[in-house]
Amino acid sequence: MEIFGLPLQAFLGQLLLGLVNGSFYAMLSLGLAVIFGLLGIVNFAHGALYMVGAYVAWFSLEKFGINYWFALILAPLVVGAIGVVIERTLLRHLYRIDPIYGLLLTFGLALIAEGLFRREFGVSGQSYPVPELLQGATDLGFMILPNYRAWVVFASLAVCLGTWFTIERTRLGATLRAGTENPALVQAFGINVPLMVMLTYAAGAGLAALAGVLAAPVIQVNPLMGSNLIIVVFAVVVIGGMGSILGSILTGIGLGLVEGLTKVFYPEASSIVVFVIMAIVLMVRPAGLFGKEA
Amino acid sequence: MAGASQTSRLAKAGLFAGLALLIAAPFIGLYPVFVMTALCYAIFACAFNLLLGYTGLLSFGHAAYFATAAYATGWLVRSAGLPPELGVLAGVGLAALVGLVVGLIAIRRQGIYFAMTTLALAQMVYFVFLQAPFTGGEDGLQGVPRGKLLGTVPLASEAHGKLFGVLPVPDDIVMYFVVLAVFVAVFLFVRRIVHSPYGQVLKALRENEPRAISLGYDVDRYKLLAFVLSTALAGLGGSLKTLVLGFATLSDAHWSLSGEVVLMTLLGGMGTFAGPVLGAFTIIGLQNMLADRVGEWVTVIIGVIFVVCVVAFRRGFVGELLAWQQRRAHYTAGQPVSRKEGP
Amino acid sequence: MMLKKLVPTATLAAAAVFGMVPAAQAQVSGDVIKIGFITDLSGLYADIDGPAGAEAIRMAIADLGGSVAGKKIELLVADHQNKPDVAAAKAREWFDTQGVDMLIGGTNSGTALAVAKVAQEKKKPYLAVGAATSALTNEQCSPYTVHYAYDTTALAKGTGNAVVKAGGKSWYFLTADYAFGSQLQNDTTAVVKAAGGTVVGSVRHPLSASDFSSFLLQAQSSKAQILGLANAGGDTINSIKAANEFGITKTMKLAGLLMFINDVHSLGLKATQGMYLTDSWYWNRDAETRAWSRKFFEKIKRMPSSLQAGDYSAALQYLNAVKATGTDDADKVLAQMKKTKINDVFAKGGYIRDDGRMVHDMYLMQVKSPDKSTEPWDYYNVVETFKGDAAWTTKAESKCALWK
Repeated sequence: MEIFGLPLQAFLGQLLLGLVNGSFYAMLSLGLAVIFGLLGIVNFAHGALYMVGAYVAWFSLEKFGINYWFALILAPLVVGAIGVVIERTLLRHLYRIDPIYGLLLTFGLALIAEGLFRREFGVSGQSYPVPELLQGATDLGFMILPNYRAWVVFASLAVCLGTWFTIERTRLGATLRAGTENPALVQAFGINVPLMVMLTYAAGAGLAALAGVLAAPVIQVNPLMGSNLIIVVFAVVVIGGMGSILGSILTGIGLGLVEGLTKVFYPEASSIVVFVIMAIVLMVRPAGLFGKEA
Repeated sequence: MAGASQTSRLAKAGLFAGLALLIAAPFIGLYPVFVMTALCYAIFACAFNLLLGYTGLLSFGHAAYFATAAYATGWLVRSAGLPPELGVLAGVGLAALVGLVVGLIAIRRQGIYFAMTTLALAQMVYFVFLQAPFTGGEDGLQGVPRGKLLGTVPLASEAHGKLFGVLPVPDDIVMYFVVLAVFVAVFLFVRRIVHSPYGQVLKALRENEPRAISLGYDVDRYKLLAFVLSTALAGLGGSLKTLVLGFATLSDAHWSLSGEVVLMTLLGGMGTFAGPVLGAFTIIGLQNMLADRVGEWVTVIIGVIFVVCVVAFRRGFVGELLAWQQRRAHYTAGQPVSRKEGP
Repeated sequence: MMLKKLVPTATLAAAAVFGMVPAAQAQVSGDVIKIGFITDLSGLYADIDGPAGAEAIRMAIADLGGSVAGKKIELLVADHQNKPDVAAAKAREWFDTQGVDMLIGGTNSGTALAVAKVAQEKKKPYLAVGAATSALTNEQCSPYTVHYAYDTTALAKGTGNAVVKAGGKSWYFLTADYAFGSQLQNDTTAVVKAAGGTVVGSVRHPLSASDFSSFLLQAQSSKAQILGLANAGGDTINSIKAANEFGITKTMKLAGLLMFINDVHSLGLKATQGMYLTDSWYWNRDAETRAWSRKFFEKIKRMPSSLQAGDYSAALQYLNAVKATGTDDADKVLAQMKKTKINDVFAKGGYIRDDGRMVHDMYLMQVKSPDKSTEPWDYYNVVETFKGDAAWTTKAESKCALWK
């Protein structure tokens, strides 16, 4: 059977792979959107935090034999703690001045992280084995899908939905959102806003690390994995609307699918398609698809 | 005011000292190719500073224009046989054109959104260069000859004798002085723009845009012109670099270069004239000096400089120097020290 | 008062000079023979050449006693990070300021082409060992370039013919998107077609790609019999791993057009058994290679790849030529090298042709199955030996102006 002159298999296969990529985009842009939407910081270090999360998983397996499932919890905790340190010592001073400085600071942090890990591990990367439970592949007819990739899609969707629900539909989320819109007022109610802000950044960092652990068995754990992705993730966040959680989730998945489609018809363009979409969206709807006007 | 004229005399002295050093450089043993490369990036940084320091717009994808001109000049001089001056002019023109297109799309956005837009559009430019066959993709555009300036002055590396029979004259001396001349011209041009009435409007835009609008200025047009000027000059740096080194590669278009030029400007001092030049020399020097000895530490050090600059050194070398001079002047004149926060 | 103003001025000037400190005065290498080695020290090609290649060159220097023709020998090493601009700038700087006498070239064909141009401009010898592209001795040949170990033509003629003869008639290429990949794909396409096969399609992947899944899917939907891997090092390893993961190997056979012993070691014999590969040298070939390889193993804890053996041989032959002519003058040494037969642990009866190609035997090998391997690193059976000219570009095919 053919669609647009191409076999259905090729089509569905690329779409499915695109969905897997899209789940990563969604998770990463979710963390970014949380941090920007609630704190106003453009967190360029997000890719580095993702990379560190993957390395924590690899390191804990290599040295301590801590398996994948524990790493899913350990890595976000470790990286979240790093996030706390970053927020307390560095970011805190920048809230009152031009947001450009937050961007530049986190850019510098990303360089430091990348440089240190490159120094230590080289660029080729370490391999991380797929956990036993998820090994093997399923023959779907039109392609053979490794089971692990199916797991990635489910896990990221679950995390994304969970985060969205927490922020948009629970009291905690409401307090969070209020605290960033009007910190003085919320603080007057007795809520410790600086603590909340710190924990929010840590949560965003933790999300990035979780994505890193999920990614580890798929791609090589290498120091460049963050910087390869970060610009695309930024584009996703901008398209979705910089403060919108739902926007980044939907855009992330959507972009993965669009990229997959592009790979079928015009593979060379698959790396540009996100930026073309971004340029168009910015001209037509400057605040992004789901964003509120800045 | 006594302080201001003292500062400006000091500034002038400093600039003349710097120029003297640059003129003497090849004769006192500094590697001319290195200094020329640094001068090209200094031009790039000055162009960037025009936009960031004086107009207040952060373009986070400025490497795109550097690369556009670099590739254009490279291809035109190598494969179309154009003489170097025409190749450079064409490169600059093309960079300005790309700048115009990006500017038209991005200029209506503010602050962070503007920066993100320029970044994403620069990424598109990067991928175009990656795919286009004429750029050579990962291999780069190699083997660009320097040709003859105006058909008469050979720019290529060739052996010369000794100056006054004593000072050894390095092979690249002709190219060196051409590049130095262009750099000085760009430097003076940027000064001219900033000190002109147009420059005053840009300053007003940076300080308080709504006010400028209410005074009747078409701010978008002013910003767009500054943007295009900046991209054209950035392109000039790129074109020259291609002639100096003989190649243009994807590194010229990569977003890490966009980040580096921000750092050069920040480190040297935003909104000062000599700042970006100092910043460029420092960063290029560091990369050159450290790459051999410490390898990956270069990235880490650049990152640390970023962090330190943002947290504690926002005015950069020249900015801090000027602020210190002004504080001293106020002290000696018996006035209280005025505290000014960073830009 | 003037003095007070001059102090901060001087500080400014000093800061500028500080940035320029690294550039030293141009040296003339009167008393020292300086060999420069620019390769990928930390990236995807670091294992097949990399720091161990530098060690091999040091072994050559040590074998000659550390000096030749009364002058000390020095080795400079740099990492080009797979960036042609870094490689070319470093080469130029070394020639201009460090008085480097000759360059040995590491992996990555893009960097090799760039460095070859610089070497030609500066009129210094460039012995390309690690790079593959046949363009170095064809369209871009130069009197100063010697292509030492192997090239894409030999790989194509070797592996390409063997696979077609074994029944692999329809091909699909997975190609690394730069000079090396495209050249290898072109050369192999020519060989496949000449042998009666067909090329169904191809897809390019970025250098050092992390995820091959979508490329492999495209390959699979082409329904070709053979998946030709026109990539190397880490990319080849990852492509093979992913091909196994996605079950591509159930419907297509893999042809690794450039594989080194380190890749087989990394993947294991189970994943690679039966694969054909063409190489210029094998550590287990004869008693002499085994002896030298054991010495290498003591230092590096791995068996040498053909590139590392090539680095050793290139350095050795250059230094011997310097000894014979008593000078480090580039033209004289190159002339000497071109009229001397090469007989060392790397090649027997090798010689350098007018187009810069070092002509020697190439080997078609097949990876052993796990039960046939008797010791670690015992991975290959030598299936066929291409003697002398057989593997290389012929005069008729060559576009090099120096070889007519």
